[in-house]
Amino acid sequence: MTDKRFDVRRLPAAATLAITCFVILYIPMVILVANSFNSGKVIGDWDGVSLRWYAAALQNDAFISAGITSLILASCAALVATTTATMAALATTRTRGFKGEGTIHLVLNEPLMVPEIVLAIALVIILAQVRQFTGYNGLGYLIIAHSAFCIPFAYMPIRARLEGMDLTLETAAADLYAGRFYTFRKVTLPLLAPGILAGFALAFVVSLDDVVISDFLKAPGQDTLPTYLMGQLRRNLTSEIYAISSLLLLISVLIVVGAWLLTRKKT
Amino acid sequence: MGRSSEDHARVADTRRRWALASPALAIITLFSILPLLVVVVYSFLSPGDFGGVHWKLSFEGWFSVLFERDIFDDTVSLSDAHLTILTRSVVLSLATTVITLFLGVPTAWFIATRPQKQRAFWLLLITIPFWTNLLVRTIAVQEMIRSDGVFNRIMLGLGLIDEPIQMMFTNFALLVGMAYVFLPLMVLPVYSAIERFDFRLAEAGYDLYASRLYCLRRVILPMVRPGVIAGSILVFIPSLGAYVTPRIMGGGKSMMLGNLIEMQFGQGRNWPLGAALSLTLTALVLVALIWYSRLTGGGSRRD
Repeated sequence: MTDKRFDVRRLPAAATLAITCFVILYIPMVILVANSFNSGKVIGDWDGVSLRWYAAALQNDAFISAGITSLILASCAALVATTTATMAALATTRTRGFKGEGTIHLVLNEPLMVPEIVLAIALVIILAQVRQFTGYNGLGYLIIAHSAFCIPFAYMPIRARLEGMDLTLETAAADLYAGRFYTFRKVTLPLLAPGILAGFALAFVVSLDDVVISDFLKAPGQDTLPTYLMGQLRRNLTSEIYAISSLLLLISVLIVVGAWLLTRKKT
Repeated sequence: MGRSSEDHARVADTRRRWALASPALAIITLFSILPLLVVVVYSFLSPGDFGGVHWKLSFEGWFSVLFERDIFDDTVSLSDAHLTILTRSVVLSLATTVITLFLGVPTAWFIATRPQKQRAFWLLLITIPFWTNLLVRTIAVQEMIRSDGVFNRIMLGLGLIDEPIQMMFTNFALLVGMAYVFLPLMVLPVYSAIERFDFRLAEAGYDLYASRLYCLRRVILPMVRPGVIAGSILVFIPSLGAYVTPRIMGGGKSMMLGNLIEMQFGQGRNWPLGAALSLTLTALVLVALIWYSRLTGGGSRRD
């Protein structure tokens, strides 16, 4: 046994504050979920357990269509962001430096430096003109706007994976007369896959979570789950809001716990 | 001959790399950088009558960030409303950073000093709120402190108060909301710094008769400093630009910079002022980022 009398790892009060921190983080979320099961109409007036508000949400066409929009938007944006970020990561790694490397890095990280509300306003201004000029009013604007701010998130894990990758396998393939594209497809891509997957997941969640940019750019009928929730909140608080919030919470928990279980299996 | 073919190869390599990066660069340029440049231009134009702009050069937008003119006699004075919101944004963001430091650093320490097997579980407890929608978490914390929310119901139930304490739409509500939603952003970087810390160094310090406090200050703190700085910047920057949380917790009464900007493009109908305010916010964020790179750059130079 280690010396119980003295341990450098033990800081007085750290454990107490840490437990306080976990309690603070979870109590509001637990109460939110509990409220979503309340059968009463008034929030907080407990009237018994029921799934009534979940049923109401699932029969609500506006909510369902917002869910579908969110899913399409996040998938498309994550796909575009991951593809272009993979190419960019291949361009900026495994080099002894090339002309304009710094510029590329700066541009790729730019979306992280601009506050969301500023980007939202800027896009509203410029897209108002584009909309008038082209007459197109579809989901395309939101998809590309989301792709733009998701690129840095997709780029980070892919780049990290590439930097940690061993060059010898690819050199071996080249030595065995594999063409450049063949090597990429058969050697580089499979090795890079975990990074690409992580990048896609990050971009997907970041897009799914966005409130501000979607809320400012959406055309009528293009509500996403968060903007729908925001709109409901502007009207009044009903238990249905708590049911929808709980469903969004459930999605996050499933993604995070899923990722946790996947990575745990490996180690 | 050999040299020129080498140069050739290098030029070809550079060109290939730029071509590969170009789709990502194009998307960001068109949908993030270009719009920002338009905002710069708009900040120097005159406001249109019903929103939008007149294409006439004017510095009024920038002037109105801090000053206002009397409607009757044109005297210039500091704009109290804007100053209040600017100071509130900065002070509340700093306060949020301090609160999250106070709770987040011990939490990160706690997780990093658990046995290896338990760490993943405690980290998971931080990652879940980290990845949960900001709006959902704001709604959750709002339920705690609104007039007929959990806190007031409990206090009323216990008979400690006679009528609900009005906390919503105050600076206090904003602070509670932001500290709550940004707390996980502090824990993660601090954790990764402490986790990398070699505790034998601290033991060596104690063996050499350093006091607990001295060891904390001179051995442990310098090692975890980069994580603490990264966490602070990760909390401070989104707090400064926060829009959703202040909107719900502060309403129209307790606005932050983000809400003031939005107002200029909505009911305020002063786009140039909104543009100038946007650039002010961006500049504040850049100052924080430059300060950050100075601090961390300085740290690595000393190593």
